[in-house]
Amino acid sequence: MYLSKITVTLRKSILDPQGKAVEHGIHSLGFESVEDVRIGKFIELSVNASSKNEAELVTRDVCQKLLANPVMEDFSFVVEEVKED
Amino acid sequence: MGKVKFGIVVFPGSNCDHDAQYVAGDMMGQDARFIWHKESSLGDIDVVILPGGFAYGDYLRCGAIARFSPIMKDVVTFARKGGTVLGICNGFQVLTEAGLLPGALLRNSSLRFVCKYVNIRVENCTTRFTSACSKGEVLEIPVAHGDGNYFADNDTVRRLVDNNQVIFKYCTREGDVTESSNPNGSLMNIAGIMNESGNVLGLMPHPERAADPLLGHTDGRKIFDSIVQGFTGIERTTETISMERR
Repeated sequence: MYLSKITVTLRKSILDPQGKAVEHGIHSLGFESVEDVRIGKFIELSVNASSKNEAELVTRDVCQKLLANPVMEDFSFVVEEVKED
Repeated sequence: MGKVKFGIVVFPGSNCDHDAQYVAGDMMGQDARFIWHKESSLGDIDVVILPGGFAYGDYLRCGAIARFSPIMKDVVTFARKGGTVLGICNGFQVLTEAGLLPGALLRNSSLRFVCKYVNIRVENCTTRFTSACSKGEVLEIPVAHGDGNYFADNDTVRRLVDNNQVIFKYCTREGDVTESSNPNGSLMNIAGIMNESGNVLGLMPHPERAADPLLGHTDGRKIFDSIVQGFTGIERTTETISMERR
């Protein structure tokens, strides 16, 4: 079994108003060194695959077909092997 | 020709399906029936309406799950064959997710749900959805959405403009397209677009909520009138309008 940890974020070219609002909050707390806040989604999938490579292919396919909309979003992921007890 | 057959797709979470059915069926006397999203076939239908609402609770992204409903396969086939498809609000979002219209609808730039009357300018009145309007006419129609901020890449937008596929733009009462008349941050104040072949329209404003004179606004009726006239060839006369007013 493999665990895919997926991050979906708005594409860099798209203004992220939610990130901007949170950035204002961070600044009003006094953290002036923080900039460019981007908000996204974190998604986990358990994938029953025979190899890590296969799990990665499935994850990529799911991201492209459903989890991210390529018009406005980018995605990245890491796949970890889960040891069965 | 007899009555125009409207098929209104009902997703779990649709909430403007009855309003659309009321306008097309009860008010205009056409045949307007509901089609549950689990159906695999549209049946004998002239016009498909994807209504407003929150299909699947807007989970993941607005319209992202609804596009995989069984009925959507036949909606795509119907659209590819040139069938008339109208997507209102959430229906517009479903159409972009399904790839029947280009671009995407992002979170409103204000981050707020916007529910109010807006003015939209008719940019192209030579379509099957706007033939009862005149070019540059300003329609007053309500919006009610949290994700109506139209976005597409530069090439896509250029194509939309070059092919006259931008049908409605947010504007002032006088018809000026200004930043302050844009309720959601949409690119170029875009409120509604059509596909290249001209048979699929998506718009964020709700024409079905501005059709019955009892509700005070009737501009939305023109979009329904345009569609029906396209099939029947009969224009709505002042006589029938006064009859409708009862």
